[in-house]
Amino acid sequence: MPTPNRPLSPHLQVYRPMYTMVLSMTHRASGVFQSLGLALLVGWLMAAASGAEAYATAARFFSHALVRALLAAWVVAFWYHLFAGIRHLVWDAGYGFDTQTARRSGKLVVMLAVLASLFTLALAWRHLGAQP
Amino acid sequence: MSRGSRIGDVLGHGSAREGVQHWWQLRTTSAALAVLGVWFVMAVLTLPDLGYASVTAWAARPFNAVLLLLFVAVTTWHSALGLQVVVEDYVPGKGVRLLVIVLLRFAHVLVGAAAVLAVLKLAIGGRA
Repeated sequence: MPTPNRPLSPHLQVYRPMYTMVLSMTHRASGVFQSLGLALLVGWLMAAASGAEAYATAARFFSHALVRALLAAWVVAFWYHLFAGIRHLVWDAGYGFDTQTARRSGKLVVMLAVLASLFTLALAWRHLGAQP
Repeated sequence: MSRGSRIGDVLGHGSAREGVQHWWQLRTTSAALAVLGVWFVMAVLTLPDLGYASVTAWAARPFNAVLLLLFVAVTTWHSALGLQVVVEDYVPGKGVRLLVIVLLRFAHVLVGAAAVLAVLKLAIGGRA
């Protein structure tokens, strides 16, 4: 029996925009974005497993400015998704649902993601010059 | 009078125990990746350099190889599960949705197989 007009649960367009909502969307977006990065990660590992020549080709690809910008974006996505994911796990355990706590944990997630990203990008910075 | 739903009305229309498993696997893989992911990023970025010799020597060490294997396998699984949820939420039309999910699953199996093979070859395959 088809039931075409079943009620929908409230979704994005229904709510007044709030930053907690943006954080939730960013969690998904950063996850999808990292799935694309997985292809590059595996390409890098395959190149390393294929030998020095293939690795050199991959290294040239990864040293392209656009790819480096993408790698930096993946670093930010990684940390954001990790901290936001931990926030979700805490929710799944049943804690932190009240508005005040949810807003504060959201800010904490962004702060931690920014700090960890800056630290990681600083670590990555020293690899930019030499590619022996 | 039959009290139950007809089987044709319910098959393929939602969770018949699989949904909970999917939900749990997404969370357990995320917990594992919180550790494995941080290990991978830090281990790679603290290498003396990212040249062929350094990277292959690093990946050949058994401890690194085991964690690397787990990292790529769990990442691939988490990615497949996570993208499926996004597709289920945003792709309209049951047929298209199923097609996209199956294609994504194929892509993930391909990527996962490649990743596992690469890590094993780096660990035990000797010189390329």
